[in-house]
Amino acid sequence: MGVVKLELKGISKAFGTFYANQDIDLVVESGQIHCLLGENGAGKSTLMNVLYGLYEPTAGQILVDDQAVNFRGPGDAMAVGIGMVHQHFMLVPVFTVAENVALGAEPTTFGGVLSIDETRKKIREISDRYGFDVDPDALVEDLPVGVQQRVEIIKALVREAKVLILDEPTAVLTPQETDELLDIMRQLKAGGTSIVFISHKLREVKAVSDVITVIRRGKVVGDAPPTASATELASMMVGRPVSLSLNKAPAQPKETTFVVENLTVRAANGTNVVDGISFDIAQGEILAVAGVQGNGQTELTEAILGVQEHVTGSVTLDGKQLLGLPVKDVLRSGVGFVPEDRTVDGLVGPFSVAENLVLDLYDQAPFASGISMKPAKVAENAKAKIEEFDIRTPSAGSAAGTLSGGNQQKVVMARELSRPLRLFIASQPTRGVDVGSIEFLHKRIVAERDVGTPVMIVSTELDEVIELADRIAVLYKGKLVGIVPAGTPRDTLGLMMAGVGPEGGSDD
Amino acid sequence: MSATTTAPKPGSTALPVFRPSLKVPVSLGVLALIALFFFGFMGPDQTAEMKISDAGDAVAVPALMIPGQVGGIVFGILLLAMAAYSVYLWTQGEKSPKWLPIAFAVVFVFALLVWIVAGARQPSISLAGLVAGSVTLAVPLVFGSLSGVLCERVGVVNIAIEGQLLGGAFTAALVATMTGSPYIGLIAAAAAGAAVSMVLAVFSIKYLVNQIIVGVVLNVLVSGLTGFLYGTLMVPNKEQFNTPGRLDILPIPLLSDIPIIGPILFEQSIAGYLMYIAVAVVWFGLFKTRWGLRVRAVGEHPQAADTLGINVNATRFWNVTLGGAIAGIGGAVFTLVTIDSFTKDISGGRGFIALAALIFGRWNPIGAFLASLLFGFAYNLQSILGIIGTPVPSQFMAMLPYLVTIFAVAGLVGKSRPPAASGIPYVKG
Repeated sequence: MGVVKLELKGISKAFGTFYANQDIDLVVESGQIHCLLGENGAGKSTLMNVLYGLYEPTAGQILVDDQAVNFRGPGDAMAVGIGMVHQHFMLVPVFTVAENVALGAEPTTFGGVLSIDETRKKIREISDRYGFDVDPDALVEDLPVGVQQRVEIIKALVREAKVLILDEPTAVLTPQETDELLDIMRQLKAGGTSIVFISHKLREVKAVSDVITVIRRGKVVGDAPPTASATELASMMVGRPVSLSLNKAPAQPKETTFVVENLTVRAANGTNVVDGISFDIAQGEILAVAGVQGNGQTELTEAILGVQEHVTGSVTLDGKQLLGLPVKDVLRSGVGFVPEDRTVDGLVGPFSVAENLVLDLYDQAPFASGISMKPAKVAENAKAKIEEFDIRTPSAGSAAGTLSGGNQQKVVMARELSRPLRLFIASQPTRGVDVGSIEFLHKRIVAERDVGTPVMIVSTELDEVIELADRIAVLYKGKLVGIVPAGTPRDTLGLMMAGVGPEGGSDD
Repeated sequence: MSATTTAPKPGSTALPVFRPSLKVPVSLGVLALIALFFFGFMGPDQTAEMKISDAGDAVAVPALMIPGQVGGIVFGILLLAMAAYSVYLWTQGEKSPKWLPIAFAVVFVFALLVWIVAGARQPSISLAGLVAGSVTLAVPLVFGSLSGVLCERVGVVNIAIEGQLLGGAFTAALVATMTGSPYIGLIAAAAAGAAVSMVLAVFSIKYLVNQIIVGVVLNVLVSGLTGFLYGTLMVPNKEQFNTPGRLDILPIPLLSDIPIIGPILFEQSIAGYLMYIAVAVVWFGLFKTRWGLRVRAVGEHPQAADTLGINVNATRFWNVTLGGAIAGIGGAVFTLVTIDSFTKDISGGRGFIALAALIFGRWNPIGAFLASLLFGFAYNLQSILGIIGTPVPSQFMAMLPYLVTIFAVAGLVGKSRPPAASGIPYVKG
């Protein structure tokens, strides 16, 4: 099969009354890297799922080499040479690489008996050609995410994909792995594969794209050349001028009141997911914890809060030991905590916005007296917070789960920041939040620092870390690689995120 | 118990050294001491006779004669040695190998057997009969647990095995009587099991009803329905509706004369041979064929399977249906092999034991087969020991299969991992 030209004409996809995609036109020329740029929730993934046959479009047409096609499932899309690497990998963890690659297009001998050797050979071939270094017999669950992603790419290539859709492929990668992926994309392009690259990260998009199409709220805003400036692209994404840099005053650290010493968390399998970590934060200072997802960040913050088991070491706030205290006592010691997954740990989805705003104080004055709650005070509080934090909600009584990601996060942030704090911890404060809200949330975090609270931010987005941090701590496999000042070059941070210690810094 | 505790080695406290769980060494130690004390020191004086070949067999093997008390002490010391080895491994920071608890269990069961037989009124049993009977009783369990394997591997929890067995048993009796052929009855039983399973499949896959609840409801429904038909149809007209006749035993010449193994493998009815074939075919199918790879993918990560063009819900539907057919054949064993008529609730909870066998067998056809054999052994032991007149009260003997089930599933399985998507309906998008 030769090269493929792909065209989407007037594609709309509705879920109920909500249009995730509306009247989208898109042409992907062969041998190009075509970027779809847009915020979280702009409809990029929906569009690609339509293109891959997972969703049926409500209206519109897909043309392959100027022929209208009708995909009834991913099998049809694969048959014309479209392959997709999903944001959340579609790999069976308990299968080997070869079994995963074979699945759905299994080479068999008589009677449907698998001949997995053939798949092994193909994997080795592709792996050698692109320098992937993938072992066909490794179990997928034992592989690092970067390698899992290569397995996904191999899956598409084995099926002779001519158009490869990559959905937010860099979200789970270190900066170095990201660079490697961009190289692989260039190689694939040189080999004649066209790539649809979905991302909201401007730097990567500018580095690798031939054409950029910007999508906002389910509609195409327009095309841009890769030479367009980051500010221009961001403004197109958001629909209004955005300032990408947070102008924050230099930190003025005072007394050090929060000290973590030799904190270790042991997991059920006996390994240390947090391994002997020590750091401190001064009043009026932001310490950002950087690292690729899954390197112990979750356990670290949860250990401080007191919801992890098997924790040893010491965590003191204002000289008081927090380890071993019930979560309620930790919170009452003045700890504000924004969990990494707001929908699971931060909010009770079916509860109203007003109720979610007092989840931590519901049993205390002024919201309660004795065993009864005071709904009037709860409503009053809600009104004030909705205004102060610009929470876009139909009403204070609306279920929190129905709000957009950014507004849900504002509810969590509003609740946690409304007590007098001695320490503020925010985990992934802007994950899945629109650019407009990010600006606002960042300003609130800096404002909390400026009133003299020690602030700890945990983020897997390096941009956010660089933006907010006064000092940066990097975690790798549960260990602290080092603590470096703000202004440390990206490359150094990237290497640290892969476990390489900073030059001149302490390296165990 | 000094045998099970050891002082920590000096220096080992400085670093948090990861130690494997003490569960295995401690439980082996305690059981070994119990065995030594009760089977050995308190053991009976009589000599237990374990017959290996029956009188009519072509090859005669002399019986094992084991003196009760001496045997108990020897076994007890052997068990203690194994427990000590496990403790030794623990002090070295190593896990006990998998074969150790299994070997321990075999010796323990044998010691228990000697103890009970030597204490009985008539201290003699036939090992060959014991094993062959175990297999016979295990046949419905094997079919039931295979049905469970097929369903859970594809992501549907099959609590309705009991109902499928019962439906199969009833239909087999009814159809075999009416057509006069137990073979047609067998086929009808498979269809009945499949029909029960289809209800489970439709409700859990298409209408997303909680699979556990549908399963439980189906069990109650089938029990009620067959009970009603039995009372109104079969009891008044036994000749017309409930005299199915048995499936013939088809011994394979020569091979069936081998001691112990012969009667197990080569002297079975068609249902018995089908069992061995089914275990082998399901195992091969699941792990060596395209069909199996897809089935397992659907049970582990249905979304991944969907993105590769595999129809998740159709795969689930047909697998669950196939599972039901297999359980139906298992049900037919009750009315066409074990006894030759249907009675109300004849499956008597075997479907739930099959479910336990499936978990104990770690969702693997061969594991489920072996686990079913263990439970069959427990059932058979109960009846044989009743016959030879053991001093152990019969109520305790009746508890035996269920005790074995609880210990097997709770204690010995350890960390086993069910298919990741088991019990979770698949909704696109």
